[in-house]
Amino acid sequence: MNALQTKPRTVPLSKRGMSFETFMWVFTRVTALAMYGFILVGLIGAIAMGALHEMTFVEVIRWALVSNPGHVESTNVQDIAPWASAFWRTVASGMFLTALAHGIHGVIVIVDDYVASASGRNWNRYISMAMFFVVMGAGLYVIWKA
Amino acid sequence: MGLKRNVPLSAALGYKGQGPFLAFILHRVGGAGMAIFITMHVLSTFAEMRGLAIGDALNKVYTSPPFQIFILFCVLFHAINGLRITLLDIFHAKLMPHYRKIIAVEWVVFILVFGFAAVSVVATAIGRM
Repeated sequence: MNALQTKPRTVPLSKRGMSFETFMWVFTRVTALAMYGFILVGLIGAIAMGALHEMTFVEVIRWALVSNPGHVESTNVQDIAPWASAFWRTVASGMFLTALAHGIHGVIVIVDDYVASASGRNWNRYISMAMFFVVMGAGLYVIWKA
Repeated sequence: MGLKRNVPLSAALGYKGQGPFLAFILHRVGGAGMAIFITMHVLSTFAEMRGLAIGDALNKVYTSPPFQIFILFCVLFHAINGLRITLLDIFHAKLMPHYRKIIAVEWVVFILVFGFAAVSVVATAIGRM
């Protein structure tokens, strides 16, 4: 430990206040943990529905990431019905929307690092938000209409 | 609005960082890879369901083994590195002094999970030929 670290260098949140940037910083971490929760639910569900006999390791990963019925179509699963229940489509929608919000924010952060002009950063936000709604509509359609 | 860093891409790529920088840049590559390819995957599946041939053609690329290995790299590295970042932020007082060792542990976990997944992709492809 060097001398610099004897005093805490972080200001407590109560003194710092919660700006939009701070909120999104927390949001990124919270959604990361939430996605691990969704993956765990998907994994346990897949094992309970017989994935050990009908799916390969990578197919289980794909299902656990987004549990939509389309992700079991190309596997050896005989009866898709339990995999296509409203419960699993809801889990898939939760994972998808969490990942989409996390990802769109991530894209804005990355582009901001390489685009410094105010207008460029505004366009970054307009295009990213437009993509958010387009992909959200398409994704929910894929999850619920398959 | 974020910080005005204003670093050109060429200078950013020329930075000779070590382990933590490699994790940072691979996290970006993985995140950007997912943003581009999962967006395309969602849109192409939507197109396929609406009866457009372009969606079918794109999803054939997505189920090909080389592409699956690439996207698994993006997803698994981003997920495992993201968990490492989140845990360091939650328990920063305890874990931050050991962050380089923790990155080494992260690589062991990543290589095991990604290696197993990549082998599974290849074995499945061979099994279905």
